[in-house]
Amino acid sequence: MTAARRRDRGVDPIPWWLIALGALVALYFILPTLIVIPLSFSSASAFEFPPKDFSLRWYENFFTDPVWLTSLGNSFLVAVLAALIATVVGTAAAVGLNRLTGRLAGFLRTLLMISMVTPAIVVAVAVYISFLQWHLTGSLLGYVLAHAALGVPFVLVSVTAALGGFDATLLRASASLGASPLRSFVRVTMPLISRGVITGAVFAFVTSFDEVVIALFLRSPTFQTLPVQMYNSVTFELDPTISASSSLVVVAVTIIFLVPLLIGSRKKTR
Amino acid sequence: MTTPTRTRRTPRPGWLLLVPALALLAGILLVPLFQSLLRSIGTPEFTLDHYASLFTDGVTLTVLGRTAMTAVIVTIVTFLLGYPYAYLMTRVGPRLRGVLLVIVLIPFWTSVMARNYAWIVLLQRGGPVQSVFEFFGAGDIVFQGSVVGVTIAMSQVMLPFMVLPLFSTLGGIDRKLLLAARGLGSSPLVAFWKIYWPLSRGGVVSGLILVFTLSLGFYVTPALLGSPQQSLIAQLLAQRTTQLLDFAGAGALGILVLVITLLLVAWANRFGGTISAIGVASTSRTKETR
Repeated sequence: MTAARRRDRGVDPIPWWLIALGALVALYFILPTLIVIPLSFSSASAFEFPPKDFSLRWYENFFTDPVWLTSLGNSFLVAVLAALIATVVGTAAAVGLNRLTGRLAGFLRTLLMISMVTPAIVVAVAVYISFLQWHLTGSLLGYVLAHAALGVPFVLVSVTAALGGFDATLLRASASLGASPLRSFVRVTMPLISRGVITGAVFAFVTSFDEVVIALFLRSPTFQTLPVQMYNSVTFELDPTISASSSLVVVAVTIIFLVPLLIGSRKKTR
Repeated sequence: MTTPTRTRRTPRPGWLLLVPALALLAGILLVPLFQSLLRSIGTPEFTLDHYASLFTDGVTLTVLGRTAMTAVIVTIVTFLLGYPYAYLMTRVGPRLRGVLLVIVLIPFWTSVMARNYAWIVLLQRGGPVQSVFEFFGAGDIVFQGSVVGVTIAMSQVMLPFMVLPLFSTLGGIDRKLLLAARGLGSSPLVAFWKIYWPLSRGGVVSGLILVFTLSLGFYVTPALLGSPQQSLIAQLLAQRTTQLLDFAGAGALGILVLVITLLLVAWANRFGGTISAIGVASTSRTKETR
């Protein structure tokens, strides 16, 4: 193996400039994420990098200011409910589509995925005007429904991927042993696709938790989410508390994404 | 005799399972979009004036042109940076490839507001990026409040959409073909141009269309890093809706942007499934480690 690799390197080396360029691009990818955390420990009351002095004052601000805390709570509530709805309807749709073939099924799959490529601003404006008429702006229900719709494609993709390795004869075996379709689903299908469902739910949660554009349009003085408050803090208030909020969100999302990974590796070692 | 029984046994209510998802999407996305289409052609009664004025008001076309230009620059930047990066990913060992892939996906899960806030700090007047350029004698470039800053921030978040389709295409190219060409006496450049580049074109085209299309709809980044004098189409749409309360005009503009986007997506789909590419991209992190 090493001999082959060494020979390979001799005939077909990776040019040094490619490695240098790759490193620069990698830095470009991680630069904003990288600076968010040191920024949050700055003591300066202006946006500046690198920070000159370190303090915890922005964290203190974040956890004592009711505006930030309420926004965080709202975001969490909206994301949990939206992810729940998206996961239930998305999983059902993926299971349904898996049984169907033909042009119509293909069309419906594309239709369910369409929000992934529709510009957020177009959806936001249309949703805003319709929600004004339906009295859903600035309400928990409005946020939850809009974010649930955005989460469906993620659940659909990950559950469909999980169903790809699913053997339908298992269902027939279960039915022949007398199980009802619902029982078959709970006892046979669900355990086999659970990883896909969890992944989809995580993506739906994060999508909602991080969504800004629709949230900006649906906000009201009485109900807004954390990304909206972060938006306010850089546009109107110039409030560095956003640095603490940013680093908390980045760390939280990273941990959330590590959960499916950990479940996966635990299964592997079992 | 067995065939009919088997088809009858196949669980039938597949369609019913689709109903909740379709109802949610119809109610929350399709009905509002349809209503804005109706408003754009039916205010006060049937008319195409709102569409006609998009082309004659002197603002929309300018902003649309500026948006397209920004999207083109972002597309070129992501291509120039993404192609070598994707190529490098195909060349390194599996461990380093995993690291490079995780790095690609970092912009996906860095919160939108955190990322834009970081760019504001990095690109602001007297900020780190300007200091670096000053060091190289180009200190007079303005990053915040200009298209330059918007382009830098947008390219970073668009890079995954370029790298991932490229990586899947480049990974399928047999490098022995290049070695064969070298062995037959061609220079590295000729071997690349005559053999590698044509084989990679499918991924290139889908990456280019994907990045261009998604770049057209950016709202938060230009709103925070750009300037109102150089607004992009999404800002114009927002302004017509919330400040001018011109719902019919905003509807017409929204439908125009939507139609352009969907046409581009349908075109890109012919080169290898844009929608599924995004789906795969967004979940590939978990797939890779499975």
